[in-house]
Amino acid sequence: MYRHAALLCLLLLLAWSFSAARAGKTQIAGEMGLEARLFRDSPADSRQKGDNLSLYLKPEFYRKFSKSWSVTFRPFIRLDQHDKQRSHRDIRELMFHKVAKTWELKLGISKVFWGVTETQHLVDIINQTDAVEAPDGEEKLGQPMLNLILKRKWGTTSLFVLPYFRERTFPGYRGRLRTIPLVDTTRPLYESKDGQNNIDYAVRWFKTIGPWDIGLSHFNGTSRIPDFVAGTNASGEAVLIPFYKQMNQTGLDLQLTKGSWLWKLEVIHRRDKGSTYAVTPYTALTGGFEYTRTGVFKTRADLGLLVEYLYDDRDDPTKTPFDSDVMFGARLTFNDVASTQLLGGIVLDTGTSERAYFVEFSRRIGQSYKLAVEARISSNAGPASPLYSLRNDDMLQIEFIKYF
Amino acid sequence: MKIQAELLLFVLLTTALVNPVLADKKGYEIAKKSDTLDNGWKDSTSTLVMILRDRQKREVTRKIRNKTMEVPGDGDKTLIVFDAPRDLKGTKFLSYTHVNRPDDQWLYLNSLKRVKRISSNNKSGPFMGSEFAYEDVASQELDKYEYKYLGDEKVNGIDCYKLELTPTYKYSGYNKMIAWYNKKTYRVVKIDYYDRKDALLKTLTFSGYRKYLGKYYRADKMEMVNHQTGKSTVLLYKNYKFGNGFDDSDFDLNALRRAR
Repeated sequence: MYRHAALLCLLLLLAWSFSAARAGKTQIAGEMGLEARLFRDSPADSRQKGDNLSLYLKPEFYRKFSKSWSVTFRPFIRLDQHDKQRSHRDIRELMFHKVAKTWELKLGISKVFWGVTETQHLVDIINQTDAVEAPDGEEKLGQPMLNLILKRKWGTTSLFVLPYFRERTFPGYRGRLRTIPLVDTTRPLYESKDGQNNIDYAVRWFKTIGPWDIGLSHFNGTSRIPDFVAGTNASGEAVLIPFYKQMNQTGLDLQLTKGSWLWKLEVIHRRDKGSTYAVTPYTALTGGFEYTRTGVFKTRADLGLLVEYLYDDRDDPTKTPFDSDVMFGARLTFNDVASTQLLGGIVLDTGTSERAYFVEFSRRIGQSYKLAVEARISSNAGPASPLYSLRNDDMLQIEFIKYF
Repeated sequence: MKIQAELLLFVLLTTALVNPVLADKKGYEIAKKSDTLDNGWKDSTSTLVMILRDRQKREVTRKIRNKTMEVPGDGDKTLIVFDAPRDLKGTKFLSYTHVNRPDDQWLYLNSLKRVKRISSNNKSGPFMGSEFAYEDVASQELDKYEYKYLGDEKVNGIDCYKLELTPTYKYSGYNKMIAWYNKKTYRVVKIDYYDRKDALLKTLTFSGYRKYLGKYYRADKMEMVNHQTGKSTVLLYKNYKFGNGFDDSDFDLNALRRAR
């Protein structure tokens, strides 16, 4: 915690000195946020803490060396009141970027996003999830890479060499929104004999054809999603030990933009490599639509309706909570000066009575502040469900963010 | 005598029949001249300060940078980078305007590093919470409207042609627009926007026209006043730069991702 605090101060000082001097051609931006999490119930594990305060800093430095070369640096640091695992730091990006007419080269730590759907991002596989950050899995860790982009008439092809694997983060024993038993991140297991140094490869082709956006991708290497092996830690407590397998995954993402409708589909097919640990190949998909009406209720607001179906042919609740689920959501964009937005929804399991509800609200305050409020509630999760561990973690999160 | 009467009747009839057509043709010709005179500028960049005022005259400011390329025979390609308010810094918007089919639009969400294709039928929706709708700031193509010449009128001492414009594209928020074109330069001086119920909604005035590359006019200032809400938005264009030598690769999704 104190080491993190010292680093936070250092980063703040750096950010301040840069922004004060505007340091030549270096551009600086970033954000800093104060977060409060309020929990409705007392925790399921008595060591878990109650309401929580947390602080993060996410500066961004950018410098252009020449017409075609640039470097981006985006460190990240969070201080958490209770959870030692959530107090963490990361280099989200430290990337050299070369741009030519028909190709681009990225070298360093970077972040890449693939896909179109909202509920989950099956196809998006390059970056590891920073799972202590947000329960929705939207936050990612920086990934070391060599990325060559070829821009041709017949589409954009992106080739990746990923020389180092990032372990998924998990909350510590005091933290909420975690599995019970706890995940022990101190001694992960790898199928590859090279462990974290296994070299992964990926390729993606993308093209826009009229109203269609089409992406095809293939990944070969260490699975970003761990399996869990039951074990005990040093103090004899039952824990889950992450086990990262070797795999091949082919993905398709597709969007059709037609009038007020966005039709979306993501499909993956995964085959595990190792004979010892191989599981049956499986297929998963997310598909649905987003329909938007402008100027609703005689105001200038837009109302978007979202429906997505989530399917996984393993039908195994220990592997995914989304074996056959439907998400219904509504997004109200006020189109006002403060960019007020309200998003709400429900995820229903079609096989059980399990439900997860979410509401997200955000609004700008003045020119450089934002208020973001989020509520997450789950109900009827049975003991076999991955959401069962979260049964006492219904939460209200209030974030106050300063942009600089 | 009889022949004369018949001739007179013929002339009267044809005049009555043809005149409205002639009037419409004149409207189209004026709009076409205005459009033709602005052809061939190839590409430009500019910065834009947007001042939003509410009824109480309280102000907020937005800053964006613009990069545009002319596409012969179709609409323009535009890449917009947001600089302020700060939470939008790094958000980017790419659009391909088309004449005969819906525009293509993508949004880049900086925090997620995500490119999102969005629906372009939000034409009547407010652009960045301002009094400008997307259709007001999108590239104005000749065939997006039907034209009717209404006469000549002076606006702020400038001799103008007065035209009625009716949007031919779907999802417009307007029933019609009345536009005044400077007779000398064929630039638009003022536009009145009428809502779907044909009530006067907004007035846009252009000022500070400057000539670039010897013949292309661009206004330094555009002010939109909403008569129904009392709110207004001022756009101040700065640092116009032409001849950047852009091509399609400066307006593809890779360019959207890396734009600064």
